[in-house]
Amino acid sequence: MELLAERENLALVEVAGVRRKIDVGLLEEDPARAGDWVLIHVGFAMSKISEADATDQMRILRMLGEDEAAMQEIEGYGMGETAARPAS
Amino acid sequence: MQASPKIRFRDAQIEMAHGAGGKASRRLIEGLFAPLLFEPSAGPLGDAAHVQVNGTRIAITTDSFVVKPLRFPGGSIGELAVNGTVNDLAVSGARAETLVVTYVLEAGLPTDILEYEVRAMAAAARRAGVVIAGGDTKVVEHGKADRMYISSCGIGRLIEGVQISAQSVRPGDRILLSGPIGDHGITILLARGELDLEAEICSDTRSVLPLVETLAAAAPGGIRWMRDPTRGGVATSLNELARDCGLGICLSEDQIPIHDTVRGACELLGLEPLHIANEGQFLAVVAADAAYAALAALQAAPGGQAAAMIGEVREQPACTVLVSTLYGGTRVIDMLVGDPLPRIC
Amino acid sequence: MKFVDEFREPELIAKTAHEIRRLADPQRHYRMMEVCGGHTHAIYRFGLKDLLPPNIELIHGPGCPVCVLPMGRIDDGLSMTAQPDVIFTAFGDMMRVPGTRGSPLEYKARGADVRIVYSPADALKLAQTNPDKHVMFFAIGFETTAPSTALTLMRARSQGIRNFSVFCNHVTIIPAIRAILDSPDMRLDAFIGPGHVSTVIGCRPYEWIARHERKPIVVSGFEPLDMLESVLMLLRQLKEGRAEVENQYKRVVPWEGNRAALKAMAEVFQLRPYFEWRGMGFISQSALRIRDSYAEFDAEQRFSVPGIRVTDPKAAQCGEVLKGVLKPAQCKLFGNECTPERPVGALMVSSEGSCAAYYNYEHRKAALVTEVAAAL
Repeated sequence: MELLAERENLALVEVAGVRRKIDVGLLEEDPARAGDWVLIHVGFAMSKISEADATDQMRILRMLGEDEAAMQEIEGYGMGETAARPAS
Repeated sequence: MQASPKIRFRDAQIEMAHGAGGKASRRLIEGLFAPLLFEPSAGPLGDAAHVQVNGTRIAITTDSFVVKPLRFPGGSIGELAVNGTVNDLAVSGARAETLVVTYVLEAGLPTDILEYEVRAMAAAARRAGVVIAGGDTKVVEHGKADRMYISSCGIGRLIEGVQISAQSVRPGDRILLSGPIGDHGITILLARGELDLEAEICSDTRSVLPLVETLAAAAPGGIRWMRDPTRGGVATSLNELARDCGLGICLSEDQIPIHDTVRGACELLGLEPLHIANEGQFLAVVAADAAYAALAALQAAPGGQAAAMIGEVREQPACTVLVSTLYGGTRVIDMLVGDPLPRIC
Repeated sequence: MKFVDEFREPELIAKTAHEIRRLADPQRHYRMMEVCGGHTHAIYRFGLKDLLPPNIELIHGPGCPVCVLPMGRIDDGLSMTAQPDVIFTAFGDMMRVPGTRGSPLEYKARGADVRIVYSPADALKLAQTNPDKHVMFFAIGFETTAPSTALTLMRARSQGIRNFSVFCNHVTIIPAIRAILDSPDMRLDAFIGPGHVSTVIGCRPYEWIARHERKPIVVSGFEPLDMLESVLMLLRQLKEGRAEVENQYKRVVPWEGNRAALKAMAEVFQLRPYFEWRGMGFISQSALRIRDSYAEFDAEQRFSVPGIRVTDPKAAQCGEVLKGVLKPAQCKLFGNECTPERPVGALMVSSEGSCAAYYNYEHRKAALVTEVAAAL
C-alpha cells in the first residue's frame, strides 16, 4: 500500500488502484512519507514495510538448496529455475 | 387426495441472509416456496421455467431489483431490471423477447429520478433487443420502498440446439466463464459511500445473450448447463450445480479472470471474490471436446475477450467445489453463508 | 500486487516446501501451534497443509478474538441495543456470533440499529454524523486492534464527542500462550508467533517461551511463503536443539514493537485483574478495560449490563478446540448441530475460527489430499 498525500492524521493509500483514507497516528514516532509502503489493519497504519528486508528475504529463499546435492533433487522433481506453470 | 406438502423451512423469521443468494436463500426457496407452490414433477430449480403454450415451448422468468444506491458507476436499477431478466432467460437457453415490469415507488421520490430510471430501462431494452409490453405501478408510504423497487417478468423462445440440465453434466466437462468477476458487487459496496474507499470500478451489467448465442453456435449440443452468477457469486452457482449433479468441480485460481482493483478491494476488506455478485457474466459447462473451440469463439466475440476456462468437472469429491492455487494448495469453497464478512485479527 | 504476489511465487513456495520435507526427520512427529487467527485463516485459504509432510502437524491455538469471547459478554453488548437511539457497531466477524437470544444480525432483523464497521474510526464518524444518537462500538481483538481503539478514543476526546462509547473486550496474547503451555493436555514442540500483534508488542514479550519453556518461536507473516519459511526456521531450530525467538516477518515487525501504539494503549487502557475466556476459564491480567480517565467513553459504565455468566451448551467443546486439545471434527456437535449456517459457538462463525476453516476445508477433502500428496 503506497502512501500518497496527507491531511491531519489521515493519509491516502493505494493498493491495486483502490484508494483509501488511513489513520497514520500510530506511526507518529517514525512517520511514513509519500511513496512508503505500510501495513494496514482496521483502517490504521500499523507499521512501515521495509522493502530492503523483503528483498533480503526473497534472496535468502532463492538460495535455498543451492548446494549441488539439493539442486539435483529439485531438478529430479522437475521443479528447476524455469519451472513451467502447472497445467490447469 | 394429494398429501399436504411438507414445509422444511424452520426459521422463525426472515433475515437479510434469506435474500443474499446463498445457503439461507436456498433453504427458504426449497423449504417453503417449492413444496407449496411448485409442481413436484418439475426438475431442479433453474433460472427460468420452460413451459408449453399451444405446442410451443417458451421460457418465462421473473426477477426483482432492490439496489442501493439506485445509480452507480456503470449503470442503474432500470438497466439492471432489463439485463437481469434477459440474462436469466439466456442462461436457461432462451432468447428474451418481451418483458413486463412493475415499479413500486416510495412517496416523496423526485420525479426526475424516476424518469432517469425509466429512460435507462428503455435504453437497456433497446440494446438487448426486447420489447417492454406493459407494467404496473404502486406507490407506498415514505420510508417503505428504499426509493424504488422494480420487478420484471420476461418471456422468450428457446435457442435451437440448447438443452440445459444439471443431470447432463459429466466428469471431464469444462467450466467456462465469460469475464472478470466481482465488478458489480464491489461497485455497489463502494458506491454506498460508507467505506471511505475509492476505486475505478464499475458494474459489469449487460445482456449476455449475444455471448450465449455465440457459444450455442460454436458448441452445438455441447452446452450442458449455464447460470448467471448474481447474488452469492460464482461459488454459490457452482455449489448449486455440484449438488444438483452430484459431481465435483475443480477450479484453478489463477485462471479466474478478475480486475486488479476488484482483487485489491477484496483483499482490503477481507472479502472472497468468488462470493461477490456479477450482473454481466455467465458460467457454462461445456463438453470437453467442444470446450476449446467454444472458448475461442467467446474470446473472439465482442465483450468476450476476457472469457476463460476456469476449471473442470470431476467425479470426486462429490457435491463439492475445490479451488486449487498455482503452487499446489487446494481449498474447498462453499456457497455464501450470510452476507460477505470482512476479517479481523 | 506488491508485497503480496512475490510471497506467493510458486517456484519459491515449491522450493521452500521441498526443503521442509528434506529437513523433517521422518522418525519424528512435529507439533507446531499457531496462535494467531489470521494464520489459521491463511493456512486454510492457501491450502498450506497440502504442502507440508504428514509428520508436521499444525495445531490451532486460541488466536481468534471473536472465538474466545464468552457468550455472556456478547449478551452484555447486545443488551445495550434495548436503549432507544443506540447504534450498535462492530466488525463484520461479530455479526453472526450467537448470543443467548440471537446474534447481532438477528437483533437487527428484530429492529435494533446494528451496523457493520471496518474500523473504530468509522464508528466515531457515525457518532459525528448522528448527534442525536449514541454510537456504541463493540471492540474486540488482541493487541493488533487495541491501539486503533485507543487512538480513536483519544480523537473522540480531542474532538469533544459526547455520544460515543466503547464496549472493551480487547484481550492480550501472552497470557493465552501461557495458559496453553500450562495446560496438562498440551504437548507442543514450537510456536508460530502472531504477525500483526507483534508489530505492536514487538518480539521481546516472547523471550520467556524460548528461555524458560525451551520452545522455539518464530514470528511469522501471513503469505504462503512467510508461513512456510517460518516452519522451516522452526524445523531448523528443533534439529539444532535451539530454542530462540526469531523474526521471520522482519519487513513489517520491528523487534521493539511500535512505541506510539503502546503509548496510546497505556493512555487509554489498563489491564483487568482477570477476564473469562471461552473454554479456558478466568485468566488473570489477560484483558483490557478503559481507564477511569476515559470513563465517559466506557460503555460498561454508561449502560448497566446484565453481566451474567453464560456457559456454553454442555455438548459444545469450544474450549478444547480453542486450546488445540481437540480437532474441530472431534467436537460432538461439529457438522451436525453446529455448522457455519447454524453455529452454536463462535468458532464456527468467525473466518479465523478453526471450526469454520476446518468445515470448509478438511471436512470434504479426504479424497483429494492423497492425490496431492502423491504428486508432491
